[in-house]
Amino acid sequence: MNRRISNLFIVTTVALVGLIAMTTYWQVWARGSLEARQANVRVVYRDLAIDRGSIVTADGIVLAESKPSRLDGRRVYTRTYPEGGLAAQLVGYSSLLAGRSGLERSLDPELSGSTSDLAGIRNAFDRMKGDTVRGDDVILRLSAAGQQEAMDQLEQLGVRGSVVVLDPSTGGLLVMASTPTFNPNTGLEEALANPASPLLNRATQGLYPPGSTFKVVTAASALDSEAVTVDQQFPGPACIQTGGQELCNFRNRAYGPHDFGYALVHSINTTFAEVGLTLGQQQLEETMRDFGFFKRIPWDYPPEQTLPSGIFNRRGNLVPFDTPVDVARLAIGQERLLATPLQMAEVAAAVANGGQLVEPQPVQEVRAPDGSVVRRPQPVYLGRAMTTETAATLRQLMKDVVDDGTGAAANVAGLDVAGKTGTAETGRDGKNDAWFIGFAPADAPRFAFAVLVENTDGTGGDVAAPIAANVLRALTEPAS
Amino acid sequence: MISERGILDLPSRNRELGLIALAVLITTAGFAAVQLARAEEFSSSPLVAALLFAFAYFVAHAVVRVVLPDADPYVLPITAVLTAIGLIEIYRISPELARDQGIWMLLGLGLFVAVVIAFRDIRRLEELKYTCGAVAVGLLLLTITLGASVNGARLWIRIGGLQIQPGEFAKILLVIFLAGYLRERREVLAAPTRRVLGVGIPALRHALPLLLLCGISLVLLVAMNDLGSSLLFYVIALAMIYIATGRLLYVGAGLGLFALGALGAVQLTSHVQSRIEGWLDPWAVEQTSGYQIAQSIYTIADGGVLGAGFGRGLILNSAGGTIIPYAQTDFIYSVIANEMGLVGAVAVVLLYLLLAWRGFRIATSADDGFSKLLAAGLATTIAVQVFVIVGGVIRLLPLTGLTLPFVSYGGSSVTANFAIAGLLLCISQRANRERPL
Repeated sequence: MNRRISNLFIVTTVALVGLIAMTTYWQVWARGSLEARQANVRVVYRDLAIDRGSIVTADGIVLAESKPSRLDGRRVYTRTYPEGGLAAQLVGYSSLLAGRSGLERSLDPELSGSTSDLAGIRNAFDRMKGDTVRGDDVILRLSAAGQQEAMDQLEQLGVRGSVVVLDPSTGGLLVMASTPTFNPNTGLEEALANPASPLLNRATQGLYPPGSTFKVVTAASALDSEAVTVDQQFPGPACIQTGGQELCNFRNRAYGPHDFGYALVHSINTTFAEVGLTLGQQQLEETMRDFGFFKRIPWDYPPEQTLPSGIFNRRGNLVPFDTPVDVARLAIGQERLLATPLQMAEVAAAVANGGQLVEPQPVQEVRAPDGSVVRRPQPVYLGRAMTTETAATLRQLMKDVVDDGTGAAANVAGLDVAGKTGTAETGRDGKNDAWFIGFAPADAPRFAFAVLVENTDGTGGDVAAPIAANVLRALTEPAS
Repeated sequence: MISERGILDLPSRNRELGLIALAVLITTAGFAAVQLARAEEFSSSPLVAALLFAFAYFVAHAVVRVVLPDADPYVLPITAVLTAIGLIEIYRISPELARDQGIWMLLGLGLFVAVVIAFRDIRRLEELKYTCGAVAVGLLLLTITLGASVNGARLWIRIGGLQIQPGEFAKILLVIFLAGYLRERREVLAAPTRRVLGVGIPALRHALPLLLLCGISLVLLVAMNDLGSSLLFYVIALAMIYIATGRLLYVGAGLGLFALGALGAVQLTSHVQSRIEGWLDPWAVEQTSGYQIAQSIYTIADGGVLGAGFGRGLILNSAGGTIIPYAQTDFIYSVIANEMGLVGAVAVVLLYLLLAWRGFRIATSADDGFSKLLAAGLATTIAVQVFVIVGGVIRLLPLTGLTLPFVSYGGSSVTANFAIAGLLLCISQRANRERPL
């Protein structure tokens, strides 16, 4: 029997050595590929060990921060957004379920301490050791006061819309509001399912016909190319024929003889259609390109959340440069021309900045955990959209729009506001997309803005201009 | 006989005492490590637990010293280290569970002492073989009729507030029965009386009880919905038949029959089917039937070679439960591999190999057939259980719910395994006394 008992022991040994071999396989050979698996929650939990940096506004309001808690005896961090929906689309979210969006996505390397520089390498070692990695803090150019006012204005009206305010000389992003908003702390799943698309950053992902605000671009093109002069006289009929269809002024009003400047201040469609025909499609589209149309605005934000503005075909695709269009309608911001509020704010900023197009700059400063400054972005100029002289002419004309034109409601006591209204018919029972773009103070602009209200009964002058005035007031008032 | 030598002048007992002291050191260090890693959460001192552990084992050792002075000196220390590792990892999962496990360890050592005293002369047990067999079958039938279903398998009966897993005790009683029965009939079983298709088979009346047993195992598989226990009973029986008769043919035929039965069971029961599915490709069913095994593998891989350290692995989820369901019972090996690494996991498997080796060694040195069969059967019980459950959690075999002896959380399992240790010591005492070391 002893022989058989020995045999049985040999079998036992082989079996148990098999266990050792398989365990070794998992712990040594397969380890790397298992870590790379999406469904491996352990990797997700490892991300939770990162003390992600805070996102703070220029006036010191914390928009995103990491709160420590404990998971199985180790320190983990939960992302919280103390201001809820205040700048939810701009800041975005960093969530285990939904991934990352907005600045949380574009600034992730800095916020999570995984940059490619020396600090990033040091953090990678900490991560391997299981120590807490502390990301960099980001201080935005954003004004919480201005942002709050913009959100309040849009939410009081109960509308979908957007407000963008830039510092025209540096590109600093002072306000970027989009309604409806969502609560990134608790409302992410609900927001994903909401048909009103609160996750959509309407400032950068919303495409709207710019209507008459686009006349600023047409005017810049006309004056720059010397196709017309500011004093040139136009007949001003109520309607003209173009492209086989009638093109009329707002409320079919006939103006009688007037100069080009008057046509911009009073937004006369028939005159601008004629100017467009004089300019030709190529000239107008080249100017559009100089203003940043036809491509994504390059800035510190996820490219997939920054849509290019331009002319779109019926399937919703951007048409290539030079595809034949009715240039008379293009000149007044129609002809399936669609623009984001950020693009129109860029147009206003270019005029305010003497013709220079400047890159929107959300970040004022990136600070390391020890408080030292890691990065302080400098203004980036994207080229000249028009000559200084043309910019100066448009500045004066846009000031007239507010002083005695369609934008009177944008008047702010003590602040010289310049602007241009836009009312684009949506084709849905008398509803309009209402615009107001501009800058202030007119002589030395500190704010360039675009306000858009979706699907409203009112006009740009009635609905959008007062919002601009209130936001400008909030931005200039000393902090209460 | 004891009085011929002084009670302190026992080389194997002193060796045992030294090894137990080492196990106590491991326990204390392990508890302290968990306490340090998780200081913010736990308040109760693990020192009390370590002291209680030391006290219980020293008492058990003292009884052995008096009652079985020549018994094998390694079995008890090996169980001590395994129990300690189990307690530490269970304490790390939940102090409440560790308290329960501690109580069961005390009960288990109590049963160990009772077995050692009652069966110091192992031949007394041989007379009880039919009683044991009857009680084993009774226990299993009780489980089938009164059993509560947990996680798809019908393994438990409830008595008052207590849950008991009769299968854990039935397996030992079956081994005792088989040892006695095979010792009695081994000659007639080994010597065929007829030839069928050129193959010698024994007389039906001798083989009938064995065939019955095989049948019962297969019935259990379906009735209890538990592939693990059924496999365990069956393999133990085959191993003991092999030792008794030396006829591999019986083993081969038995395995073939079992494979056929298991195949049928897979077709019949969705429970077994999903286990097979999770085994063949856990990644395809990672969120459903493959969830446990996938989490188990992630947990093991995460440990790497050196492990995360006691109390430093990621075992619990944010709700305080374990990431792998049933981590404290079926998947305790995965937790060990995570926190102790490959080094610790290999050490644990080697401890079992050492325990099995002692069991087989006791079997070969015993001088009567019953003792040989019993010791080999008990060693096989431990080894098969380790192979089936560890093989299950590392995806070498389909997952079946068995406990890891001495380590897994569970009262029935812990106490039953201590009874096995007691029996092994009793057998070794008789063998070593007659042929001193």
